[in-house]
Formats: sequence, structure tokens, C-alpha cells
Amino acid sequence: MYVYADNAATTKMRPSALAAYCETAKRFYGNPSSLHGEGQRAKALLTDYRGKISEILGCKAGEIYFTSGGSEADNQAVYSAARYGKAKGKTKIVSTAIEHHAVLHALKRLEGEGFSVVLLPVGERGIVSSEDVARELTPDVCLVSVMLANNEIGTLQPVREIGALCRKRGVLFHTDAVQAVGHIPVDVNEICVDYLSLSAHKFGGPKGVGALYARAGAPLFPLIEGGAQERGKRAGTEDLPAVAAMTAALCEAAENMPQANEKTLALRERLIDGLLKIPHCALNGDREKRLAGNINICFEGVEGEALLLHLDDMGVCASSGSACTSGSLDPSHVLLAIGRKHEVAHGSLRLTLNEDNTEEEIDYLIKAVKEAVERVRGMSCFWRDLQEGRKKFTFET
Amino acid sequence: MALYSEKVMDHFRNPRNVGVIPDADGVGEAGNAKCGDIMKIYLKISDGTITDVKFETFGCGSAIASSSMATEMIKGKRIEDALALTNKAVTEALGGLPAHKLHCSVLAEEAVKAALLDYYRKNGIACDEALLAPHACAFGEGETR
Repeated sequence: MYVYADNAATTKMRPSALAAYCETAKRFYGNPSSLHGEGQRAKALLTDYRGKISEILGCKAGEIYFTSGGSEADNQAVYSAARYGKAKGKTKIVSTAIEHHAVLHALKRLEGEGFSVVLLPVGERGIVSSEDVARELTPDVCLVSVMLANNEIGTLQPVREIGALCRKRGVLFHTDAVQAVGHIPVDVNEICVDYLSLSAHKFGGPKGVGALYARAGAPLFPLIEGGAQERGKRAGTEDLPAVAAMTAALCEAAENMPQANEKTLALRERLIDGLLKIPHCALNGDREKRLAGNINICFEGVEGEALLLHLDDMGVCASSGSACTSGSLDPSHVLLAIGRKHEVAHGSLRLTLNEDNTEEEIDYLIKAVKEAVERVRGMSCFWRDLQEGRKKFTFET
Repeated sequence: MALYSEKVMDHFRNPRNVGVIPDADGVGEAGNAKCGDIMKIYLKISDGTITDVKFETFGCGSAIASSSMATEMIKGKRIEDALALTNKAVTEALGGLPAHKLHCSVLAEEAVKAALLDYYRKNGIACDEALLAPHACAFGEGETR
């Protein structure tokens, strides 16, 4: 059996998105900046798509800027607010320890340029407290950046409360909504954000396209210079087929959201219940306040990459936050932030479902993961040490 | 294009010499849980020859394949030959490893040497321990990052 359970990494394109892509690429090849009819037809479509996306997010069309994806949108929002803040003498940025690297690495760079960055803790549940944010909102803060839903453990952050706080204090607020848009209802006015990043390939659109919502009046500087596209905020000929496909995917995702979530949630619960029967493991992040499709579990005495390779052999596509899969010496910063010890964090498995998964697939996943964990543990000296009492279990049962 | 060579995947899927030797003449361990890699090697030695070898590994695919390959390369060999085993030889025998996985083959070499050191110590045989000592992991148990 083949089971794709890595939808937080990327999703398969929805047929409607693929059709929109092909149709647009074939028929509307004009450059939206061109004066002739072919260009103007493309321009009209771009306007149309911008309108549809803004409608879903509850904003004005002129507040949507198409980008190459979530990382670019995150970078542009963070750097824009920082640059504006610096000009006003405000150089403190408040964020969380579990942001995506697209935000964290940008913040790291700003730190090198003299900004002070506060990364708030998220506790064992993987959720930042809005009180902690409030406490950090000193007059020198130029930006608060808190993701809507975490990409590894799926936990939902209290962005509505944080947004209200920021609005009241006049502080710019950015949310990385890459994992949230298309999966939970997102209205920019409800959450009082000034910037919001989204990425098409997380909800059945193509890779390489996304958008930044920047509230009218919020400072915005281009990362890429060289043309007047996107009202001078993002140079480069617009990828109309990709935008068409993203729009089609988002419209479909928004329309089917309640049914899709209901189905995905039931699958997730079945999977979590099944996997937690494996001895000495624990769910990472709050069980309730998380995305409908996210499961992230740490198995003791197991190294994540070995687990993934066995699962791949069994037809299962999954991911892990172990050091070996992150390409660094440290396991996932998110798992460390929720208090998992290094040796436990190395044994993490992330399965991210969507409404296309079936109950049969879930039962197969449970069986496959159990088998892979047993195989890995069966040859692990660390597991033997735990079992024979030379090392202590973190998860007692 | 796969992450690993066919040889690595073969040793990962069908590891040779997995297990423990309860009455081993030498036992060596390399790596630590914090780094996500521990290898343990058990040796049975008779008249200067490694007559049996087993391993247990907590680690990624290349760590498991490296330990499996290392055990295969020293089984039935003289101690001197086992001492001459290098991580480079293990890597080559595996048909290469991705650059960021080369440390796994280093761990395999270190675990073999640690087991031989243990054998020397148990038998009161003098040797240059500096040559046998495993290198420290990039960051140790005590360090925090």
C-alpha cells in the first residue's frame, strides 16, 4: 500500500488547480505589463485572481502581493517592519521559539544588524501565551511575528488575542499562516494582522507561488527590485498560471473546508489513538488546539531517519524532526522548544493527513509505524539500555 | 536518485551481525544519544583473531549501514587488520555516503577501536591508547546548545 502522509511538507495539486494552471499557461501567455490585448487579458485575469484571494482572506484586493511562496512573504514582512521600525528608533522584535526558519533566520540576520529579538517560549503544549506577548510589548517594539499554525506539531497560536493587543498598542503584527490558509478559516480583520504569509502548495496549489497580505498603510519594501509589478513591491513578471492555480486551489479548499476538516479530524484521532498504543511514546503538542491533519509523536529509543527509511520501504511518506533529517546536529527546534530532550526529539515522526486519506490508510499507517518502530528498536543499543534500566525512560508507558 | 547507494540501503535493510555477545572479550561504544547516534560493538577474540562480532546501533540509515559494514570487514580478521580499519574504507565499501553522513563511518571506526581497547584492557595488554581513543562527538553530553 502507498500512503502519502506528508501534506505539511507539500500537497498533491488539486485537479482543479492543475487544470487552471494548464489552461492559463496555454491560453493566456501574455505579459500583464504589456500594452497589447494579449497582455491586457493576462492583466485582467491577475486582477480577477487577486480579488478572489482577497475575498477569501477578508481584505482588499490591493492588499495582496503575489510572491514566490511563503518564505519570500515571511522575509518581506519581517524586513519591511524592521526597516520601518529602525527609522523610528524601534529595534525590538517579539516572536516565538517555534517559528518557521523563514522567520527565524530573517530575525537572526536582523539581530546581527543590531535588533534585539525576543523568542517567547511555548511551553509543553507548544502554544505561546498572549500574556507573555503583552509583557514584551515595550515602546521599542517594531514587530510581533507569531505563526498561526506550527508546521511541525500543528499547534494553533492565539493570534486573535495577540493581534488585538498589537493593534491596541500600535505595533505591527505579522503572522506566518502558511500551514493555516486553506485548512482553517482565516480572516485578516478578525485576527488584526498587518501582514500575513501564505503558500499555495500547502493547500493543493503549485510550488513556487504564494502571497503576502500587507494591510493598506503597513510599511512594505521590495526584496526584489527591477520592475513595477505588484505596485512596485515585488519586481518580476507575474506567474499567471501559478496564480490561477493557487486561486483555484484556495477557492476549492475554502469551499470544502468544513467537510474536509471533519473527515481529516476523525482520521487524525483514529491514527493518534492507534499510535499511542505503541509503548513509550508521546504526542507532541496540544492534542486539541492543533491542525486537523497533524500528528507528531516521539518514540523513545528510535532515531527518526531510520524510521522514515523503513516506512518509505513500506510505501509510507512521512517526515521527522531528527537531526539526521534536519541536516544539522540538533533535532527540531520546535521539539526542543516544547521541552523534549535531544535523545527523545531524535525519535520524532510527523504524519500530516488530509481529506483524501482513508480509514484503510490510517489502519495501514498504524501497522506500518508499529512494525518500523519495532525494527528500529530491535537493533538499538539505546533501547536496550532503556529496557534494562541503565537509562531512564522519559515516557513511562 | 535516492539519498543512499544501493549498498547502504542493502546493509540498512538487511544488517549483518546484529545483536549482542553476552560473553564478549571486548565491547566498545561510540557516539551518544544526544547526537542521535550510538554504536555498540561486541567482539569475540581468540588467538589474536576476531572470531565473532555483533553490533547494536541507535541511529540513522547510514549509521546502521556503517556499523553493519564495519562488522563484516573485521570478522575473521586479525586484530592488527581490524585496527587498521578506517572510516574511509568503510565509506568506500558502502559505495560512498552523502557528505553530511561521513561522521557515521567515523563512528563505526571509533566503535571498533573502542571494543579493541576494551579487549586490551581486560587482558592487561599494553598498547598505545591514544591511537585507539575515539574522538569526541561534535558536542558532548555535558554541553548545551
